[in-house]
Amino acid sequence: MSERLLTLRDLHTTFALHRDRVEAVRGVDLHVDSGEILAVVGESGSGKSVTMKSVMGILPENAQVSAEEMRFDGRDLLTLGEEERRKMRGREMAMIFQDPMTALNPVKRIGAHMTEVIVRHKRVSGDEARRLAVAALGKVGIPSPEDRMRQYPHEFSGGMRQRVMIAMALCCSPKLLIADEPTTALDVTIQAQILELLKELREKEGMSIILITHDLGVVASLADRISVMYGGRIMEDGLVDEIFYHPCHPYTRALLRAIPKPSAGGRERLVAIPGMAPSLLNPPPGCPFQARCGFSCEKCGAEMPAFRQYGATQQAMCVFSDAELDQMNERKGAVGRE
Amino acid sequence: MAKQVTAQTIRTAKEQSLQNARRRRIENVSSALRRDKLAIVSIVLLLVIIVVSLLAPLLPLHPNANDVANMLSGPTKEHILGTDELGRDYLARVIYGGRVSLLVGFLAMLASCFIGILVGTVAGFMGGIVDAVLMRIVDVLSSIPWLILVTVVSLFLSRGIRSIILVIGLFTWMSTARLVRAETLSIKERDFIQYAKFNGVSTWKNIFFHVIPSALPTIIIVATTSMADAIMTESALSFLGLGLVPPNSSWGSLLQRAQSHLSSSIHMAIVPGVLIIITVFAFNKLGNLLRIYVEPRISDGEKG
Amino acid sequence: MSDSILLQAQDLQKHFPVKNFFGAVTNVVKAVDGVSFDIRRGETFGLVGESGCGKSTLGRTLIRMWDPTGGRIVFNGEDITDLKGRELLDIHRKMQIIFQDPYTALDPHQNVQEILSEPLKVHTRMSPAEMDDYIVEMLGKVGLEPDALCKYAYEFSGGQRQRIGIARALAVKPEFIMCDEPISALDVSIQAQVVNMLEDLQAEFGLTYLFVAHDLSMVRHISNRIGVMYLGRLVEIAECGDLYDNPLHPYTQALLSAIPLADPKLARTATRKGIEGDLPSPMNIPSGCRFRTRCPYAREECAAAQPELEERAPGHFVACWRKQAFHPD
Repeated sequence: MSERLLTLRDLHTTFALHRDRVEAVRGVDLHVDSGEILAVVGESGSGKSVTMKSVMGILPENAQVSAEEMRFDGRDLLTLGEEERRKMRGREMAMIFQDPMTALNPVKRIGAHMTEVIVRHKRVSGDEARRLAVAALGKVGIPSPEDRMRQYPHEFSGGMRQRVMIAMALCCSPKLLIADEPTTALDVTIQAQILELLKELREKEGMSIILITHDLGVVASLADRISVMYGGRIMEDGLVDEIFYHPCHPYTRALLRAIPKPSAGGRERLVAIPGMAPSLLNPPPGCPFQARCGFSCEKCGAEMPAFRQYGATQQAMCVFSDAELDQMNERKGAVGRE
Repeated sequence: MAKQVTAQTIRTAKEQSLQNARRRRIENVSSALRRDKLAIVSIVLLLVIIVVSLLAPLLPLHPNANDVANMLSGPTKEHILGTDELGRDYLARVIYGGRVSLLVGFLAMLASCFIGILVGTVAGFMGGIVDAVLMRIVDVLSSIPWLILVTVVSLFLSRGIRSIILVIGLFTWMSTARLVRAETLSIKERDFIQYAKFNGVSTWKNIFFHVIPSALPTIIIVATTSMADAIMTESALSFLGLGLVPPNSSWGSLLQRAQSHLSSSIHMAIVPGVLIIITVFAFNKLGNLLRIYVEPRISDGEKG
Repeated sequence: MSDSILLQAQDLQKHFPVKNFFGAVTNVVKAVDGVSFDIRRGETFGLVGESGCGKSTLGRTLIRMWDPTGGRIVFNGEDITDLKGRELLDIHRKMQIIFQDPYTALDPHQNVQEILSEPLKVHTRMSPAEMDDYIVEMLGKVGLEPDALCKYAYEFSGGQRQRIGIARALAVKPEFIMCDEPISALDVSIQAQVVNMLEDLQAEFGLTYLFVAHDLSMVRHISNRIGVMYLGRLVEIAECGDLYDNPLHPYTQALLSAIPLADPKLARTATRKGIEGDLPSPMNIPSGCRFRTRCPYAREECAAAQPELEERAPGHFVACWRKQAFHPD
């Protein structure tokens, strides 16, 4: 029994930079249900971080956010006042970032970090806050949490610090946790621990998670659904199996071919995507992937393609259908094999 | 022919690139300026001060003309800023004082920075025994009460502007050296410097072509601060009688002398004081703009 | 790829003294603590391990960017451990390095022509005109246009900067290149470009690579043989396929099982051999086998002495006390 937690329709976020305007997000639709893990996958410049920061409302002053709909837990975020928004942040919606070291104050004890957050969002006494903090640290698997409360951030390893960040995010039992590249800076064994932890939290607390990442391996182990972003737009979204085994968008397909395949022994030649990510200063009118796409045509560059629906849960924004792409592939014989 | 094509391509690309680089830097500076109205105001004032100081000999000013009968008078039509305790035109004294202050500040800063940068980069880059020795020298010089040092040294020097510049330059480079050394220590660890050392690039080439350009933002800020310090230091020296010979004066010495007349003629203190503040402030802003001009734009965290 | 050995480390050590406020040495960080292995001519040797294992330090010590505290390095049959001056410079021409961070690998105040000509000026006697032509040729090999010569590093993207770094290393015609996590800082689609380019260049110029990385799936893709490091020592060396199919050391097993598989069905059925706890500090290395504090099979005897690398299968070396008399696990 899951209900829609977050609905985002036609989000546009633009930054005013000196004389220019950078269109970071150009019409993004997203939704997350309760207890669901959505992965937003993309490379730098795809707009994935900015999208989630727009939802959280933590963008700098020169950002303009507009959307047709932005609803969280039944409440309209677009009309919410700043004060209400602030209360929601941390209490119902929390975000953790890539580098925990920069998010923590090096001269403040971990206990102080956590009690500050708790007291701000739940009007409880200092002692109660401390108790909740210790409980949260325990929940994320930090051994002897009472002792560790008195320690400083530099006394924790990278993985531990990320757990502390998760604990801080969890203190107030948010409904939605947004994790922006939470394990990119961590070693692979620590990454595995953190991913396990996130899975557990979804199971035990029923928390929804939006995972922003560029690592397809992380996505495959954790996500229920995937949205693939490029150049400020969503290229394709669908269930995790659909995206990995039946990708319908040229970018998704290219991305999957550019990484070593775990099943095939991982030694066959990688198929690189030529070129670079597009500039968001004056984005071209059509599909943002057009310049690097192996299948592009004039229609692709002229105007933004419409979404094609594949089944109930998958859609891709492309001029060509997946069948047409397969045909063109065979005719070319060029770009790799599925 | 391949060689000609290459040479031509390089030449046009070079010009294009330089133009682009210059345009970008000027854009950075002008956008920084636009956001900081105070900077524009102070820099314009500074330019006025500098121009007037340079043109002073051409203006009808008589800073040394005594007129004791008219001493300590307030602003009048004849003397816009009034007169000092010897009846001299205060406006003239202030303008000529500015010449001295600016000259001393600038040259002393140059001397101090030159020594400081040299010692700082060499100590930071070479490390080991060289660093240890140089830093102990810095420590020793810093720990001797400055006044004693200066007094002793000035016994051997004749009074005047040249001596002040020398004295300030020789005894204020230590903090510059420490700051530059700290900057060098962190720059030294960067991969491109490690690579240059690895490939056998000589220490001096490394320092001059790699370390100093990267340390330039810090150096510029240090330079502007030390110019401000130099102006202040010079006034202290003049007050102690180790500096300028009257009737020459600087803003600092005017300020000192105005102390005894604060109740009657407060303008005597305010004018040089405000001018010092404007100058120092404007130089700091200028230093900031210079730093922005010099720094190549590096976007952090950008991938792909 | 021949069987002749290009580079050999013999019980290599690199220790960093930790000084206190007064300059006295209070402790030692044993970043590399007794490493012996060889790299064959023409191969790509992958070196993996987590942060703090010393793989970067090992790589930089091997090329004599840093001087070893102990042990010997043999390059092309010649002991280069104590070389200095001109002789060392010659070795540096033959052993080059590519850095991880494209933003600190190039001097932001130099343009591409200056960046590439700096090592050439030291190692060769080309005239400026010859140098320019040669640089343009090198840039072409890494897929950059001649007009890149006059551009500054900040005008390029991360992937392009890496290419410049590769061109720079290639320009002096080395035999060996130490690739210090060259793709970690790049986007996924660009990683493939750079990896393919490295492979092509290896084939064209007969290069030998030491590929230090933490992305285990990419390492598997590019390496012939792989060495796994833990806290300053090698715990396992094997041919690439062997290592991934049959890891023998508990740390390797944990490491490999922790790799997130980019395949949902495999990811769901994979069993994780987790290891608990954190890395011990390199200033306080556990006695005996240094992995024993996190090893699921550790016994008392593992604390007694350090295991050395032994050949358990052809070409497959492991440093572990398991399968010994007292440890029949």
